[in-house]
Amino acid sequence: MYRSLFPRDVFAELDRLQREMQEAFDLSPNIRGFGRGTFPALNVGGTPQAVEIYAFAPGLDPAEIDVSLDRGVLTIAGERQPDLPPGDDKTTVHVNERFGGRFRRVVSLSDDVDPNAVSADYRDGVLHIHIKRRELAQPRQIAVQ
Amino acid sequence: MNDRTAVTRNEKTLRTDAAARSDPDRRPDVALMPPVDVIEDSTGITLRADLPGVPREKLNLQVEADTLTIEGEVSFVMPGSMEANYAEVAVPRFRRAFTLSKELDAGKVSAELRQGVLTLRIPKSEQAQPRRIEVKAS
Repeated sequence: MYRSLFPRDVFAELDRLQREMQEAFDLSPNIRGFGRGTFPALNVGGTPQAVEIYAFAPGLDPAEIDVSLDRGVLTIAGERQPDLPPGDDKTTVHVNERFGGRFRRVVSLSDDVDPNAVSADYRDGVLHIHIKRRELAQPRQIAVQ
Repeated sequence: MNDRTAVTRNEKTLRTDAAARSDPDRRPDVALMPPVDVIEDSTGITLRADLPGVPREKLNLQVEADTLTIEGEVSFVMPGSMEANYAEVAVPRFRRAFTLSKELDAGKVSAELRQGVLTLRIPKSEQAQPRRIEVKAS
């Protein structure tokens, strides 16, 4: 089932529509798809020294998040237990927009990242993954003799 | 729809003053809507909202008249020279408002924020709680 990351985010919905149209007419779409609109939301940024990935995954136990880097492909996987009560006639669920269940997101990284220099921390429901770029790939100043 | 589900249905956008609106750097009217779960039982309503990246000091909960407003500012450390390549959370702010119905006791709302998940408990006032009525045999 498709579930939007943020309800009534009109621009995200338009963006999804555009991607879906594009996907429908593309004869050879990307093998990993577009992956938009799935939990957790991702922001990716970079500096000359490192790649920074922020996964907005609230309400998880940090020990249960599985982060792996294999040949330039970063995978974030885990499970979020739905907090809904067992169905009985005493409780009513009026709104259920929050994600529950297993999730998996994959990011393919540039070739210059160093797989041995990855660190991850989880704070306020945001998983931050910091991956250093290789020394050789970093910009440097060349002295003119 | 009866008035019991009003908390889940009627949402109001906040009125913001014109001065704040005209300043393009601080436009408080642009915010993401956090996804929520609303569960009602016989003693009250439990509301859970996903607010990833919002620390406790940046969360603002307000009950004004019959409107409950949840507002939070996303804040986390980012390297100063970072360039964003791709962003699904493009606005660093969450806001959502709900209209509470009469039988809810707005004065006794309790809140807990844990790893980016806000849990609100809004109890029903005493007289609105279900009561068992004894039937006496004559």
